[in-house]
Amino acid sequence: MVTVAEVFKTMSYGPAPEAADVAKAWLERHQRQFDLVIDNKWTAPKSGSYLESFAPATGERLAAFADAGEADINAAAAAARIAFATWSQTPGHVRARHLYAIARVVQKHARLLAVLEALDNGKSIRETRDLDVPLVVRHFYHHAGWAQLMDRELHGFQPVGVIGQIIPWNFPLLMLAWKVAPALAMGNTVVIKPAPATSLSALLFAEILVEAGLPPGVVNIVTGGDQTGALITGHPAFDKIAFTGSTEVGRIIRRATAGSGKRLSLELGGKSPFIVFDDADQDSAIEGLVDAIWFNQGQVCCAGSRLLVQENVADAFLAKVRRRMSTLRVGHSLDKSIDMGAIVDARQRETIDRWVQRGRAEGGEVYQADCPLPAQGCWYPPTLITNVSAASSVVTEEIFGPVVVAMTFRTPSEAIALANNTRYGLAASIWSENVNLALDVAHKVKAGSVWVNCTNLFDAASGFGGYRESGYGREGGREGLLEYVRPAWQARPRPAADPPRATFQAKSAPMPAPINGSAFTVGFPTIDRTAKLFIGGAQKRPDGSYSRPIFAADGHVLAQVADGNRKDIRDAVEAAAKAAPGWGKKNGHSRAQIVYYIAENLSARAEEFVQRLTALTGDSDSARREVEAAIERLFTAAAYADKFGGTVQETTLRGLTIAVHEPVGVIGIVCPDENPLLAFVSLIAPAVARGNAVVVVPSERHAVVAADFYQVLETSDVPDGVINIVTGARDSLAKTLADHDAVESVWYFGGSEGSAQVEKLSAGNMKRTWVGYGVARDWFDAEQGAGEEFLHEATQVKNIWVPTGE
Amino acid sequence: MLSFTPPAQTAFSENGAEPRNPGIPLDLGWVMDAHVNLSATERRAATLGTRRSVKKEWQAAWLLRAITCIDLTTLSGDDTPGNVRRLCAKARQPVRPDLLEALGVADLTITTGAICVYHSRVADAVQALQGTNIPVAAVSTGFPAGQSPFKLRVQEIRESVAVGAREIDIVISREHVLTGNWVALYDEVRQFRDACGRAHMKSILATGELGTLRNVARASLVCMMAGSDFIKTSTGKESVNAILEVGLIMCRMIRAYQERTGEKIGFKPAGGIRTAKQVMNWQILMKEELGDDWLFPDLFRVGASALLTDIERQLSHHVTGRYAAEHYMPMG
Repeated sequence: MVTVAEVFKTMSYGPAPEAADVAKAWLERHQRQFDLVIDNKWTAPKSGSYLESFAPATGERLAAFADAGEADINAAAAAARIAFATWSQTPGHVRARHLYAIARVVQKHARLLAVLEALDNGKSIRETRDLDVPLVVRHFYHHAGWAQLMDRELHGFQPVGVIGQIIPWNFPLLMLAWKVAPALAMGNTVVIKPAPATSLSALLFAEILVEAGLPPGVVNIVTGGDQTGALITGHPAFDKIAFTGSTEVGRIIRRATAGSGKRLSLELGGKSPFIVFDDADQDSAIEGLVDAIWFNQGQVCCAGSRLLVQENVADAFLAKVRRRMSTLRVGHSLDKSIDMGAIVDARQRETIDRWVQRGRAEGGEVYQADCPLPAQGCWYPPTLITNVSAASSVVTEEIFGPVVVAMTFRTPSEAIALANNTRYGLAASIWSENVNLALDVAHKVKAGSVWVNCTNLFDAASGFGGYRESGYGREGGREGLLEYVRPAWQARPRPAADPPRATFQAKSAPMPAPINGSAFTVGFPTIDRTAKLFIGGAQKRPDGSYSRPIFAADGHVLAQVADGNRKDIRDAVEAAAKAAPGWGKKNGHSRAQIVYYIAENLSARAEEFVQRLTALTGDSDSARREVEAAIERLFTAAAYADKFGGTVQETTLRGLTIAVHEPVGVIGIVCPDENPLLAFVSLIAPAVARGNAVVVVPSERHAVVAADFYQVLETSDVPDGVINIVTGARDSLAKTLADHDAVESVWYFGGSEGSAQVEKLSAGNMKRTWVGYGVARDWFDAEQGAGEEFLHEATQVKNIWVPTGE
Repeated sequence: MLSFTPPAQTAFSENGAEPRNPGIPLDLGWVMDAHVNLSATERRAATLGTRRSVKKEWQAAWLLRAITCIDLTTLSGDDTPGNVRRLCAKARQPVRPDLLEALGVADLTITTGAICVYHSRVADAVQALQGTNIPVAAVSTGFPAGQSPFKLRVQEIRESVAVGAREIDIVISREHVLTGNWVALYDEVRQFRDACGRAHMKSILATGELGTLRNVARASLVCMMAGSDFIKTSTGKESVNAILEVGLIMCRMIRAYQERTGEKIGFKPAGGIRTAKQVMNWQILMKEELGDDWLFPDLFRVGASALLTDIERQLSHHVTGRYAAEHYMPMG
């Protein structure tokens, strides 16, 4: 036993354990075995099997929990479906009261939740007590407000339905809150599966929901292993899947749900840059780095794991980092004097260590803090790897542990280039005392959350989510709600088999039309017009040198259009990718001017388009209306060019949290056959007005309209490459677009099979997709043809956090 | 600006194990390069105390150690020889002997770090502390505002030293910081340092009047360059006194100064530190940001008066398991 006199001399830290007695009593009350929670009742798994949960800090067995099988998922989904009928019709104010009650009851049991979470996950009690649980509470309060205001603030939207949610082990309860709160606020019901390593806080939360009086079936908690997750994603009862986890699993889920008509939001991996400029407050930046990579043992999707330091201060900065690492304390999750707890399990620890060994083998210099690790349990020391380059695997791959890699840069533009030299785009942290520099970099970094002179800040009022392979969808803020609603006019898509297209396809083969015999006429033959592709601002002959006929309503060949192939798509994407950055940076006023100019020129040639559409469809009234509507659509889009830039989010930060609606980048747009001009314009206009560059595949059947349209574009000052048009076989061109890593989103309005193909192939670079599943929409309708969803799809939300104060 | 010549006095002050800080020439480039981000500083300050918890035997030991770092202070217009003598008695015997016995530290000589008084009370304190090694610190140089004539401020230091003050707490001219006149600040502090002779010099920045943390950082650097042995947050008379954010910045500057010059400069928060809980947060700050050396009186002092009684009550609680009332502790 240590004496006061000894410590008086050494001034060491001692143990400061948080008591776990209440948490253990709770486990005992359940005899350390938990069933599923379906319809607010403990329900034994029909599978009859259970898994076990251990405390990573000690290896102690905490409890067994049910391993849900197919019959259990059926039962949970059925309960949620029944509850949805009532819950979705429950007034916003009533839902608000329920969410408010949940926040209150969570607060009442805050310490129990914090202790249980720390025990089960291995993370420190300081974090669960000061961060996880308070953020959970905040999330339910904030979303109680959204439930209250849904009718006003989300007018024109309806709930999505029954949601299947799968969450990871790194922030078990917080991720649950991020999933459940917005879903419930918007009138959905859920079946949620916690991660097998960390199911306990969700099970305690189930009791909290009952105590808070939530009606049965609204939230059902099904524990289980990876197989249970697969059962949820594959189950037809769900209208949406929301997943947080690795990019690898996200990709599997994308493929598994492709073509099902289920909505999908994915919050995936990251390799987020932490950028330190030479004018930063270095000591503060180092504390930021501690919060960036040694928070939660680095098991954070948005961990600042790539340290980029300006070369002229790098040596001094890294020396300070090493010094700081020496004061980090690693220990039992319930010790109140630690900075880092245990790694979640042995497998994860091995993965981390394998990466570090690989980094060393590739020439990296590995520095590990000389901090004592407990003898028992699952630990990894804080680790810094230097002497690495952009090509090192520890630089490109997510390690998901307390390991930061460091590189240097010379100039701001090199910092941005390095920061963006990644497949991910979840977050970034920027340290500089120069506001001009910091905000400029914040705008140029490709990431969903950008923290200026801070890091890893979260709040319910601000959306969190990624660019690129970090996924899509946001959690938090109004942008997060859009993941849990659909337009009121739209039914849940139930993709059906496409009608046969064989006849049309045979007829429109890229060869001259069959000879039908024609009368001999005397006079001037018309001068041939060759419809070409429109790529990089110029008319291009198709790579394959084939053409395909376009038929008039009466069956005669109206024109031949270029038959584009995958190389033409490749060229068009190149052109778009080149144009996108400059176009995206142009101010909204300038973009609006150009979209208005397109409208002006379309109007000037309206009669020509009316005739063309009449020839194609045989309906002159409709043709006239279509041209007029297309002009109006251009006006709508132009109007929004400078009216959808973002908002100031009311987070708890002192300073500004700014949601910027950035362009997505290069969008592939595949148009439907109906309303060949109006649909085409309705889709490209908002995309272009909001700063994207597009590669458009127009209606295959009526492609000649688009070929006429590029002449309008040519006279409208559209910068080269902003709008590219490739005519040809729709689904084969769509396939190339969906498969292309430089395309950041594909909008597809062909059939259900093509929709499935696009969704499946999008998993390659985890691009966003917006598909029609072959379900027609009324393009003349203002909501269906130009609703908020068009703007939503044309933008991605970046939240920039700027604390203030001198 | 004064040309730089290292002070001629002995390298060690009378009462400390730490060498004196000879100072360095004013390095304006370094001063102007100091960057402080307020929000990030606040975040670190707010989590210092939540990342560490010191309990049971450790808590008792840390609190005893804190006592040895207290500059037990009275700075009032109504100070007389009588109340100063009482304070000195408390400095000699800061904890009830029965508590020390129960804590198993009766054989350790536990006294406060110093007694801190106005110039006029220095002689009383020196006399009252005879036979101990407790130094008397004088707040000289026109404390607290420093608005008296410069030569009188220098003279006040000399007179305090002459009557037996072994430590001098000087106040800087806030004017020099607020007008960015770092040369003037450097010269002023250098001259105070020269006047201190063998006495240990603590420079009070009066951070509550410096406007920004950036100014605190810069003033800290200049005071150390000019030869301060300690830098101190406040007089206790400003509207904002010792707060952790300020302490954090000053400690970081101390660390930077040590990194560049090898000199260890002491730190003294003063004003508003009244509870055992507060002082432990300061100790955690020291240990985390500067290291264990800064937990001992050579490099760490706390300017306080009411704090001692609260610590004594906490020690009593540790010993008895019961919460103690103030009137059970002998007053200072």
